Amino acid sequence: MRGAFTRTLLELAEQDPRILLLTGDLGYTVLEPFAERFPDRFFNVGVAEQNMVGLATGLAEAGLIPFCYSIATFISLRPYEFIRNGPILQRLPVRIVGVGGGFEYGTAGATHHALEDVGVMRLQPGLTVIAPADYEQARTAVLATWARPGPIYYRLGKDDKTTVPGLGGRFELGRAQLIRDGTDLMIITMGSVASEAASAAAALADQGISCTVGVVASVNPAPVDDLAALLARFPLVLTVEAHYVTGAVGSLVSEVVAERGLGCRVVRCGVRVTPDGLSGSQGYLHQMHGLSSNAIVRTALHQLQAHREMK
Amino acid sequence: MEAVQGPPLSPHQIRRIVLHQSKRAHVGHIGSALSIAEIMAALYAHVLRIPDPDDPDRDRFVLSKGHAALAVYAALHLKGWLTKEELNTFCADGTLLGVHPEHALKGVDFSTGSLGHGLSIGAGAALAARLRHSQRRAFVLVSDAECNTGSLWEAVMFAAHHRLANLVAIIDLNGQQAFGYTNQVLSLTPMGERWRAFGWDVHEVDGHDVEAITQAITGLDTSSGPPHVLIAQTVFGRGVSYMERQIKWHYWPMSDAEYQQALEEIDATS
Repeated sequence: MRGAFTRTLLELAEQDPRILLLTGDLGYTVLEPFAERFPDRFFNVGVAEQNMVGLATGLAEAGLIPFCYSIATFISLRPYEFIRNGPILQRLPVRIVGVGGGFEYGTAGATHHALEDVGVMRLQPGLTVIAPADYEQARTAVLATWARPGPIYYRLGKDDKTTVPGLGGRFELGRAQLIRDGTDLMIITMGSVASEAASAAAALADQGISCTVGVVASVNPAPVDDLAALLARFPLVLTVEAHYVTGAVGSLVSEVVAERGLGCRVVRCGVRVTPDGLSGSQGYLHQMHGLSSNAIVRTALHQLQAHREMK
Repeated sequence: MEAVQGPPLSPHQIRRIVLHQSKRAHVGHIGSALSIAEIMAALYAHVLRIPDPDDPDRDRFVLSKGHAALAVYAALHLKGWLTKEELNTFCADGTLLGVHPEHALKGVDFSTGSLGHGLSIGAGAALAARLRHSQRRAFVLVSDAECNTGSLWEAVMFAAHHRLANLVAIIDLNGQQAFGYTNQVLSLTPMGERWRAFGWDVHEVDGHDVEAITQAITGLDTSSGPPHVLIAQTVFGRGVSYMERQIKWHYWPMSDAEYQQALEEIDATS
């Protein structure tokens, strides 16, 4: 997604001189095409995320559109208050770009795992929050949103090869995208772990269980009406996200169920504990936190069984 | 540049407004506002190029020590950009004139109030001017205690590296912070050498001398070279004897008798 992001931003920057790219010393082998094409509009500000967001605030007030790039944990958490008191409270078009949602920086360890970025960003009503599921959707989402008034958080993945089956790069602000339609179970997912959810749905289909799978990339504005309509059709929903279970899609779906008075039970698949220091690949960490396709299948079967027994 | 209407934009008038509004609203942060009265007068009467607060090519001003916003409101009023009625809503319900400045108020470029934020915004404003080929400048008033924050030094490094000559920081060196004297809380000495070591053009100035502040700023080369910092030596609570250099007047509001005494003292010395 980060490659798709850079290519898309480059195209946009050719058309609009207001676009600037700032990085907190990250993006080696990714951002060079922009830096080489627009050396006067590219700033490596050094390892200084707070200053990067403060600079962007001053730049945006003057009519420019700065994109601030770093690893998702660094750009969402270190300068959080600068994001809040700057572009959010002052309604300025600063774009915060966080790379590596969830466990994408697997072996880099817990300091690099973005498990709460979407949650803290979604707390801010004045911040558009976009979490694409694959690189095609990332491109569509950036094209659809970059010129919006007010600030935006983009949570991007590192993967520029995998596509989520059935998604076809679709994105619409405030809408959810259905990638599979079924009748037995609903799965709502966000971010690049959507491909695990899609695999799980395919494996469940082989066992005679048909799933509807929805992708939420427009986290704020949230696709509340879409979700309410989908959730009304199912007694059981699984949310799947490489994120703590509080704050992002699991919370969003629970809110919709509660606020709309729906009778749907919500099972949140995500990270429930503080990381214990054990590191490994993204695949390993997904497995450990119940987010691999196999683990999602197991959870789905278990919850469907439990649901039948409750009835 | 003179005030377009109303009383003259003088430190004395700013102090009168600061005292009057603080008393009326029964709020503190008086000492911090009093210490910058001359800096505000120099900026708004002589330095800032602001044909109109909505002019996109105006100089930008960031009150990074946002807790002294009342002194800015006073200056905006004396410039004729804020009516008396608006000024009298200071700290009232539903006002845009809170203790800390809010960008939605005409004349306030940026909302501030969390220390360590403003210099990076000012650096961004200065960089924007360069990118837009504008002669406008960015001025940032920081408190000395604000130099406790790491984020300020991030901005200091950036501005020096990019030689933002159109960025002028002014430090209100009053030696006090909320809970003590700066040399007891976290020493900032030697302030000038620190900024110089980071690559800034450093000037030390009497922060209660409007002419000296004005001359120091108008003498700066804001078209090329390093960014500039004026270290303005000030007295916290300046002009009111019982407030000067007293920690309690960071937060304390005045009683009726204290207000009367304060007014008499600043009127007598004006």
